[in-house]
Amino acid sequence: MSKPKAAIYWCASCGGCEEAVVDLNEFILDVVAAVDIVFWPVALDFKTDDIKKLADGEITVSLINGAIRTSEQEEISKLLRQKSKFVISFGSCSHLGGVPGLANFFDKNSIFQRAYIETESTVNPKKIVPKTKSENKGCELELPEFYNTVLPLNKVIEVDYYIPGCPPTPDVIKNALIALLENKLPQKGSVLTLNKALCEACERKDTKPDKVLIKKFNRTYEVIDNGKCFLEQGIICLGPATRTGCGAACIKANMPCRGCFGPTDNVLESGSKILSAIASIIETNDEEEVKKVIETIPDPAGLFYRYSLPSSIISRRLK
Amino acid sequence: MKKVITIDPITRLEGHGKISIFLDDSGNVENAFFQVPEFRGFEKFCEGRAAEEMPRITSKICGVCPTAHHMASTKTLDSLFKVEPTSTAKKVRELVYNLFMFEDHLLHFFFLGGPDFLVGPEAPKEERNVIGVIKKFGVEIGKKVIQMRKDTRKVMAELMGRPTDPIFGMPGGISKGITNELKNFILKFSDEMIEFAKFVIKTFHSVVLENESYKKMILNDAYKIVTHYMGLVDENNFVNFYDGKIRVVSSKGKEIAKFPVEKYYDYIAENVEEWSYIKFPYLKSIGWKGFIDGDDSGIYRVAPLARLNVADGMATELANQEYKKMFDILEHKPVHHTLAYHWARLIEVLYAAERVKELISDKEITSDNIRNIPKNIPDEGIGVVEAPRGTLIHHYKTDENGILKKVNLIVATVNNSAAICLSIKKAAESLIKNGQVSDGILNKVEMAFRAYDPCFACATHSFPGEMPLIVEIYDKKKNLIKTIKRL
Repeated sequence: MSKPKAAIYWCASCGGCEEAVVDLNEFILDVVAAVDIVFWPVALDFKTDDIKKLADGEITVSLINGAIRTSEQEEISKLLRQKSKFVISFGSCSHLGGVPGLANFFDKNSIFQRAYIETESTVNPKKIVPKTKSENKGCELELPEFYNTVLPLNKVIEVDYYIPGCPPTPDVIKNALIALLENKLPQKGSVLTLNKALCEACERKDTKPDKVLIKKFNRTYEVIDNGKCFLEQGIICLGPATRTGCGAACIKANMPCRGCFGPTDNVLESGSKILSAIASIIETNDEEEVKKVIETIPDPAGLFYRYSLPSSIISRRLK
Repeated sequence: MKKVITIDPITRLEGHGKISIFLDDSGNVENAFFQVPEFRGFEKFCEGRAAEEMPRITSKICGVCPTAHHMASTKTLDSLFKVEPTSTAKKVRELVYNLFMFEDHLLHFFFLGGPDFLVGPEAPKEERNVIGVIKKFGVEIGKKVIQMRKDTRKVMAELMGRPTDPIFGMPGGISKGITNELKNFILKFSDEMIEFAKFVIKTFHSVVLENESYKKMILNDAYKIVTHYMGLVDENNFVNFYDGKIRVVSSKGKEIAKFPVEKYYDYIAENVEEWSYIKFPYLKSIGWKGFIDGDDSGIYRVAPLARLNVADGMATELANQEYKKMFDILEHKPVHHTLAYHWARLIEVLYAAERVKELISDKEITSDNIRNIPKNIPDEGIGVVEAPRGTLIHHYKTDENGILKKVNLIVATVNNSAAICLSIKKAAESLIKNGQVSDGILNKVEMAFRAYDPCFACATHSFPGEMPLIVEIYDKKKNLIKTIKRL
């Protein structure tokens, strides 16, 4: 019997998810022994044409990382969907939109304007910006289209499972792959890691009082960390609204959580969840005072939706 | 009839780097384009963010060199908040940074660019990769390479939080110091690093430099372009990755600029082309003269060879010996032979290993005085490091609350973008004559850009020889007349 086929692909991402796969070290050899990787442009020599030649559903599983930012990324994702039995959305960008999803606070024009015309070092009197089709001395050149909006993978294709994290940690990847290989997958649509908030796994949890009451939020650089719960120190930590599975790596480096694993099950979106968690720890009920305390949070939208703007209820700035 | 050759090294669909070569009516190279069809727009969407979050946001620009962005960003915060990091914090940062350079450069040598030489540029493609290297040099070497990578990343994770996306950088210092236990481990490990670097350089000498045909290839005009060079130097004009002044040396070896990074926009400008999402930096004093090389062109190069070209030497003993050897053997300074990047990279590996030992041996390294709290109102900050792939600059402007208003980034590989274009054109010109294209072109054109270890190749972890390559030849009406595939 032939081995099951697998594909790995990346969209708008940084390569960190690829590093995460390489960081599986010896385990990757077990994976390679168990499946045939038919497509992994970063490491293996197969082409889109080879994928097109496969029967629909012939690939057992495709792992797709990165957000959808260009036309090309959408096309390849659709092709892989057609050819795959399972599609796993891999990493924060694919799962929730990720850091590149912060671009949804702006539109394509303003992004191009800044990068190609305005920056301090750019000299561009003719205001040239990249085009999908262009001509240079009679040579025709093409580029994929840059979309106005960043999308998570599940907005362009149906996704079966999610492996969260920026990047996913080796243990999370390993457990998900074992579940897949042993055919022990949970219900479709599941996020393949524990359904618990980070706070429950945090080594500082004993210092988190039942009710944290805050008069003012501090910036990370303003205080010397005392080793206690960050919320107790008045520093915003997204632990209460974030799924665990990361090994609390940021906390161990004495830095607060920024939510890359996304929300737990039954939470519609991270942003409003953290907002309600934060609101509940403010030490006053007076509306004016609450407002003043909230104003001490720098860039709340960019902080609460750091990894999840494109997948949230309001997924972009409209005006 | 005009023909188009599209070389799509990371496959056409991948889209992180694409090469198009155009032939004239007689079938010789008329023009070559290195296109980057990928763009995310960090310079815009960082606006509105809290400045102190930038080291954790910009590390997401690149998953292969997140440490470079994290460090450039952290240094930009020092400048923005006008706070001097404690002496220990500076040393720990530089220590981590050298561990990172050591690991990243070795990855290139064994996995990416090195196999071309170690196994051979014309070896069968299925051998021309890290597996081929292991086969040729023995499993023990393979194990050692993997072990060194694993241990280096383990130490980096201990120090910075995570190896893939560091989190320890703060204005005025770092969030986590070094324990005595970790210090002892790194001290022992640094000896292993130095020994390993010496071994790698010895291998490079015996396999590459003592092989006449390789030496000829390095010196071949197909892999030579004449440009200016840029890199960071310390107060003695020695190479430094973490800090110093930016020095620019002309194609003739003359210092033409030396400036603190705060003045970068007086010296560096960027050109925009409508056929690529990447920009093309050049020296402002000379101006953008198009895609041409030579002393009159504003195009400059960065990264290992450039750093060695602009410096007067290396700050550590063994690396400096090797530095002198390189310029003695190649006879000229600056060296314009692109393939010499590989050699320069290994000299930097040795320097990084020696520098780690120096820093970890410092008495202050385990001090818990790791942060100074910023007291000043932020407004503008600029920071620089030497990333593995060249000079990397971050520039932030904020309001009085440290909320970002403007962000500018000059990313390492971008500095080399025009030079990469030239190198590809030059290699193609010397290989494609009268419309004759063969499979042999593929790896040799790849070698012209792989020497730079450009981020689009590095970030994809493409293994040389396994890198998918398609050459498609079209007539002027875009009818496909020939396809060469290396599968």
